[in-house]
Amino acid sequence: MNMYLLTNLVYIVAAALFIFGLKMLTSPDTARKGNLISAIGMLLAVVVTLLSKGIIDYKWIAAGIIVGSIIGALSARLVAMTQMPQMVAIFNGLGGITSLLVGWAAYHVMVASDLFTTTTIFLAVLIGGVTFSGSMVAWGKLATYINGRPMLFSGQTLLNGVLFVGTLVAGTFLFINPSTGYAVFIGIVIMSLVLGILLTIPIGGADMPVVVSLLNSYSGIAGCAAGFAIQNNVLIVAGALVGASGIILTNVMCKAMNRSITNVLFGGFGASAIKGASEIEGEVKPITPEDSYYLLEAAGSVVVVPGYGMAVAQAQHTLSELGNLLEENGSEVRYAIHPVAGRMPGHMNVLLAEANVPYNKLIEMDDINRTIAGVDVCIVIGANDVVNPAARESKDSPIYGMPIINVDQAKTVIVLKRSMASGFAGIDNNLFYKENTRMLFSDAKSGVEAIASEFKKS
Amino acid sequence: MDPITSQSIYLISMAMVLMLAIFVGFEVISKVPAKLHTPLMSGSNAISGITIVGAIMASGSAENSLISIILGTSAVIFATINVVGGYVVTDRMLGMFEKKTDGGRK
Repeated sequence: MNMYLLTNLVYIVAAALFIFGLKMLTSPDTARKGNLISAIGMLLAVVVTLLSKGIIDYKWIAAGIIVGSIIGALSARLVAMTQMPQMVAIFNGLGGITSLLVGWAAYHVMVASDLFTTTTIFLAVLIGGVTFSGSMVAWGKLATYINGRPMLFSGQTLLNGVLFVGTLVAGTFLFINPSTGYAVFIGIVIMSLVLGILLTIPIGGADMPVVVSLLNSYSGIAGCAAGFAIQNNVLIVAGALVGASGIILTNVMCKAMNRSITNVLFGGFGASAIKGASEIEGEVKPITPEDSYYLLEAAGSVVVVPGYGMAVAQAQHTLSELGNLLEENGSEVRYAIHPVAGRMPGHMNVLLAEANVPYNKLIEMDDINRTIAGVDVCIVIGANDVVNPAARESKDSPIYGMPIINVDQAKTVIVLKRSMASGFAGIDNNLFYKENTRMLFSDAKSGVEAIASEFKKS
Repeated sequence: MDPITSQSIYLISMAMVLMLAIFVGFEVISKVPAKLHTPLMSGSNAISGITIVGAIMASGSAENSLISIILGTSAVIFATINVVGGYVVTDRMLGMFEKKTDGGRK
């Protein structure tokens, strides 16, 4: 059989397996099998590519695959679940750099330049480069190697514009004069890398879920462009699937913050620490772990609202233990998950799943808000902006209009917090001053531990 | 009218594939529940590692200059980390969700 035909038929099967695998991700019961099916599709595509005619030298491929597999498998095994956002950011970046390199290699062997090939190579390099350096900055911010605060300087937008136009001009030059264009090509690579950095540094820590989703989308689109550059359908299909996934997630995240994507990308939200402490009334009422225990002991229903602070303190296991103690005590325990809680979509769900919390106890924001008035005690652990009533009440608040979990409508709220410092958005939280709020000043983990030990004592 | 070249046919069919894949992607992925969004990201990320196919072609092609080897091999390494790491970590996460189904029902 014609090898070209066979290879491409297998690519079609691989693409079908990718789609089928993603479809099985729609339910937690089939998701794991779906991931396996998707992996089989990938294996098929790789094997058939290795067997295809164009490949004559295997030693470098073998070396690359062995080195990559070891690094990939080890890091995937060893990474802590709290580090997942960083991991995803790095993987996004790797997708970007691969597209860049594939585009580069295609440019290197390009014999004649036509508009089509030059454009696709240009796009693969540009998007790949932006994805790579942008992801690296996102990774640095998530791992706190770089300050999470938005970094803005005057003329930033202008510089971005100049760089973008610069790449376009260079791309055009590349098309007109491909043979002498290597310096121009390198210029495009460098400009795209710088552009990726500049586009990501103005975005603050709390907006990272949007950025990670968007970069995920970029890595797909870059793969798509690489597919056009080397005329390979399976890259186009896979790239489009990933691109769509990233865009959907970006959209979900933006909606959950009531902000437009342009506002997230160019707003520098939180850069100018907003001091709008206008109509905060009441006083902060601290509570001891012991009194928290009395409150919880008498509570019929308890809702836990976790946030990034829980991830930082690695408090998910202790929290799950407290949940079990509460259930043994006869309380109904649920976990309310805000879509942008944490540093990437679904972050809290993964951490709680790791701590053996059954996923049917994880409730989405809208569902919990319908029943929140009947809840006896809400425990807010490491969350801040996603429970700030200012989003509902004060029109001049920067987060006004953002959907929040209405914990303040529960009978009592216990907030675990290290100090009165404001959240990532730099906004004061009225919740802390409400009549029914009690502040347990403690690190998320030791606070939960202290309450749990009160339970064990009795 | 311009003659119909094989490249223009190829371009059109690729554009058609792209269009259909975008629609399929949006249809399928918009049904993934919020609680699985992290595995969705890492899993789709592994899929985007399909660029490994392009990397392999670049690495093992007849053109065998030093630059090609460096570009191709490093692309293969990065893509393999993306693919293997992405699938393994997704499997690890989904295993945690799976465990919960049984535990929760008891």
